[in-house]
Amino acid sequence: MQLDAKIPDGPLAEKWDRHRFEMKLVNPANKRKFDIIVVGTGLAGGSASATLAELGYNVKTFCFQDSPRRAHSIAAQGGINAAKNYPNDGDSIWRLFYDTVKGGDFRAREANVHRLAQVSNNIIDHCVAQGIPFAREYGGLLANRSFGGAQVSRTFYARGQTGQQLLLGAYSSLARQIAAGKVTMFPRREMLDVVIVDGQARGIVVRNLISGELETHAAHAVVLATGGYGNVFFLSTNAMGCNVTAAYRAYKKGAFFANPCFTQIHPTCIPVHGTYQSKLTLMSESLRNDGRVWVPKKAGDTRRPADIPEDERDYFLERKYPSFGNLVPRDVASRNAKEQCDMGKGVGETRLAVYLDFADAIRRDGRAVIEKKYGNLFQMYAKITADNPYETPMMIYPAVHYTMGGLWVDYNLMSTVPGLFVLGEANFSDHGANRLGASALMQGLADGYFVIPYTIGGYLAGTPQRAVTTADPAFKAATQAVNGRISKLLSINGHRTVDDFHRELGGIMWDYCGMARTNAGLEVARGLIQNLRAEFWENVKVPGDPGEFNQSLERAGRVADFLEFGELMLIDARARQESCGGHFNEAFQTQENEALRDDENFCHVAAWEFTGEDKEPAFHKEPLVFENVHLTQRSYK
Amino acid sequence: MTKTINLTLKVWRQKGPHVKGKLETYHANNISTDMSFLEMIDVVNEQLTLDGKDPIAFDHDCREGICGSCGAVVNGRPHGPEKGTTLCQLHMRHFSDGDTVVVEPWRSRAFPIIRDLAVDRGVLDKIIQAGGYISVNAGGAQDANAIPIPQEVADKAMDAAACIGCGACVAACPNASAMLFVSAKVSQLALLPQGKPEAARRAIAMLCSADKAGFGNCSNERECEAECPKEISITHIARLNREFFKASFGSSVQ
Ligand SMILES: Cc1cc2nc3c(=O)[nH]c(=O)nc-3n(C[C@H](O)[C@H](O)[C@H](O)COP(=O)(O)OP(=O)(O)OC[C@H]3O[C@@H](n4cnc5c(N)ncnc54)[C@H](O)[C@@H]3O)c2cc1C
Ligand code: SF4
Ligand code: FES
Repeated sequence: MQLDAKIPDGPLAEKWDRHRFEMKLVNPANKRKFDIIVVGTGLAGGSASATLAELGYNVKTFCFQDSPRRAHSIAAQGGINAAKNYPNDGDSIWRLFYDTVKGGDFRAREANVHRLAQVSNNIIDHCVAQGIPFAREYGGLLANRSFGGAQVSRTFYARGQTGQQLLLGAYSSLARQIAAGKVTMFPRREMLDVVIVDGQARGIVVRNLISGELETHAAHAVVLATGGYGNVFFLSTNAMGCNVTAAYRAYKKGAFFANPCFTQIHPTCIPVHGTYQSKLTLMSESLRNDGRVWVPKKAGDTRRPADIPEDERDYFLERKYPSFGNLVPRDVASRNAKEQCDMGKGVGETRLAVYLDFADAIRRDGRAVIEKKYGNLFQMYAKITADNPYETPMMIYPAVHYTMGGLWVDYNLMSTVPGLFVLGEANFSDHGANRLGASALMQGLADGYFVIPYTIGGYLAGTPQRAVTTADPAFKAATQAVNGRISKLLSINGHRTVDDFHRELGGIMWDYCGMARTNAGLEVARGLIQNLRAEFWENVKVPGDPGEFNQSLERAGRVADFLEFGELMLIDARARQESCGGHFNEAFQTQENEALRDDENFCHVAAWEFTGEDKEPAFHKEPLVFENVHLTQRSYK
Repeated sequence: MTKTINLTLKVWRQKGPHVKGKLETYHANNISTDMSFLEMIDVVNEQLTLDGKDPIAFDHDCREGICGSCGAVVNGRPHGPEKGTTLCQLHMRHFSDGDTVVVEPWRSRAFPIIRDLAVDRGVLDKIIQAGGYISVNAGGAQDANAIPIPQEVADKAMDAAACIGCGACVAACPNASAMLFVSAKVSQLALLPQGKPEAARRAIAMLCSADKAGFGNCSNERECEAECPKEISITHIARLNREFFKASFGSSVQ
C-alpha cells in the first residue's frame, strides 16, 4: 500500500489556508445528522469533543477515569508554546516551525509542523478567553519563559500547573456542551476495540468499568485521542492508567503504527529509589531556566554537594554546549546525564543521578523570586524526597516521559483506516524523533480545537456512507472477540501478578530500548519479550470476575497489549539503522557522541502494518521531503 | 534515610453500592518509609492477589497530586494527616512502626460507594456542567493580550483554579457541603474580566445544582479548608456568597 500523506500543494505557508478552502464542507443543518465518537478527554480529545459539538455534530465521548477532567494531560507542568513573540525577542511562526523540525531531528513532516506553528497563536487567544489564569507580568500582560531547544521565550504557563489549567479549560467547554446535550459523556469506559464496517471505522466496543458490561457504540467517524504509551516501560512519568490498548487495537484492525521506537526520555525526573516504586515524577523542564546541571569532576566523589568546591564541579551541559547551555533539547540533556553516570560521576545513594542546582539563581534573584516561579515544584520535590531544594541541589535522572511514535495519520489526521482519526500524543505526526518541551500541549490543542473540526468535515462531506447501527454483525463479532480475551485472562489463574509481569517487561524495554540501543541488545530483548509474553498467558493471576469493578482485569488487558507492542518497538528500533533524536543506536554516533542520522537511507517515517498474530509486521515507508529547511547535523553548541 | 516499618491496616471493604461493608484487618510489613501511601496499598494488594483474595479497589491515576482521582479517609482525616497533601503524595515516613491505620472511603450521600475505597463523584461534574465555564466557542477569540489583567488578580484566580476536584472538602464537612469546590470555580471565573458577563448566572446555577445533588449547606465549620490538599481558602466561599447575593438581588437573571 502506498502511503499518501495528502499534503496540500502550494507554498508551505499557504498550504493550510488553501486546504481549508478546498475541503468539502458539511452545511450547518446537516452537522446534526452526523455522530462522532471521541475516545479520550485529554487536551486533544477534550478540545475536539467540545469543538465538534460547538459546530453542531453529535458527539459521544469516552474516558477510563471517573471524570473527563482527570485525563493525564492534567499533570503537565511547564507550559505551552506559541509564536506570539510578545517578548519581542525574534520569534515568529517560521522560527517555531524551524525549531520544532530541528528539535525533532528532521524526522517530522514539514507541512504538519508548519500548520502547528500557525495555529499556536489561536490556542493562546482561545485559552485566555476560556478564563485560564496564565502567569502575567506586573503590567497585566502575559508572561513567557524559555524551554529547551529554543533561544526565544515563547512558553506560556500557569505556575507549574499549565496542563491542569489548559485541561480544565477544555473540560469546561466540554461541560458546556454536555449541558447543551451535544456531547454524551461516558466516563469509566475502556475502549477495547474499533469496529470496521465496509472498510470504514464505524464504532467501538467499550467495557463499562463499573458493571463490567461490554457496550457497543456506532457513529460516522471515530476519533482516538488516547494519549501515549510510555508505560510500556512500567516506570515512567505517565499516569498509572496510560496505555497503548486503544491504539494497539486499532493497529490490529488495520491502522498503521508509525515510528513506535521514538520515545522521549526526559532529563529532569526524580531518580528511581526502590523496587516497590510505581511511577516516576517529573521535575518540569522549566527548572532548567534557572537550575544548573552538574556532577563532581572526579569519578566516585561521595562528598556532600556543599563540600564540593566550585572548581571541582563539572557543569557539563554549559561546558559542552555553550550557546544553549542547560537548555539543550531533552534527548541531548538525557544522554549526557547518562554518560556522566556511566563514567562513575553519578551522585546520590544509587549513583544514578546528577545535580540540578539553584544556589546561583537564589543568590542572584532572591528566594522569593525562585519560589514564585517554581514553588510548587520545589514543594513536590521536598514531599517525595524529604530534601529541601532551596538549600541543597535537587538530584535528577532521566525517565521515560513521552512517546513521539503513534498511529500513522495523514495531513487530515486520519489513519490508514478511513474514518479513524487520531489526535494528540496518540498520533505520530509533529515531533519527529524528539519533542521539544511545551509543544505536546500545543499539539493536542491544535489538533482538537483547530485541525480536526475542519478535516473531519471534509471526510464526512466527501465520503459515501450507509446507515450502520450496533446491530451490524461487525459489532457482534468484535464484542465476542473482546469477551473471549477477557475470559481467557481470568481463567489462567497462575502464580504471578499482572504488575510483576509489567515490571519485568519495563526492565527489558529500559535496558535494551531506552536511552541507548544496540542491534545485539534489541535482538536479545525480542527473545526475552516473547518468552515473557508466553509465560504471561500461562502464569498470570487475575483475580475477580468479569462482571464487576475489577481493576486487576483492567491492568491485565493493558499489560497484555504492552507485551505485544513492546516487540513492535524493538522491531522498529532494529530496522532504523541510524541514530536520530531520542533513538540512539550506539553504532551510529558522531565523534562527539551525538546522534548520527543517515538521511540518505532513513529520512522517512516507518509505518508498520499488522499482518496476523505472531507474524512479522509489514514495513511501509513514507519518505520525508524537506523543501523548506535544510537538513543539517543538529548543533546546540 | 530509608527504613522500613510494620503497620496494621483496617480497611473498609464493600463489594458494591448496595451490599454491606465492613473494616477488614491486614498487615503491611516491611514498608519502606520512602513509599507513598498508595504504593503501600499496592504492596498489600500484590499479596492479597497471590493469596487468591480480592485486592482493595481504589481510584488513582497521576500519583502526583494533580488529577484528583485518589482519596480516602485515613485515621479520620481525608487524604491523611499531612496538610496540603493528597493521598498519593502522602509518604510513609509520616507513620511510625507499629501504627494502626484505618482507611475508609469518602462518606457522603452524594458520593455512593462503587467498591471499597472507590466512590462515585459524578455530581461534581454535574455542578460544573451547570455553569462552571465561560461561554466561548473555539475560533472567535481576540488577541490574548487585548485585556491586561493585573498580576494579583491572575494570581488569585490561579489560587482558586488549583482545585483538583477530589471531593475531600465534602468528605471533611459535617454537613457534606460542596461549597469549597463550588466557590473555587465561581471565584476563579468571577475574578477574571472574561468571566464577569456570566458571573451572576453562574453562581446561581452552580449553587442550585449543588443543592439538587444533595450536598449540604455551609455553616462555616472550616473543616474543608483544613483538609483541602490544594489549600483552597474559604475566602472563596465569601466571594461566592457575594456573587450569589449580587445575582439574586441585583440582576434580572434568576
Ligand atoms: C508529568 C508530565 C508533564 C508534562 N508536561 C508537559 C508540558 O509542560 N508541556 C507540554 O507541552 N507537554 C507536557 N507533557 C506531555 C503532555 O502532557 C502530553 O503529551 C499530553 O497531555 C497528551 O494529551 P492527550 O490529549 O494526547 O492524551 P492524555 O491527556 O493522555 O489523554 C488520554 C485520554 O484517553 C483516555 N483513554 C486512554 N486509553 C483509553 C481507552 N483504552 N479507553 C478509553 N479511554 C482511554 C484517557 O481516559 C484520557 O482521557 C507532560 C507529560 C507528563 C507525563
Ligand atoms: S476544594 Fe480542595 S478538597 Fe475540595 S475538591 Fe477542590 S481540591 Fe479537593
Ligand atoms: S492519584 Fe492523582 S491526585 Fe492522587
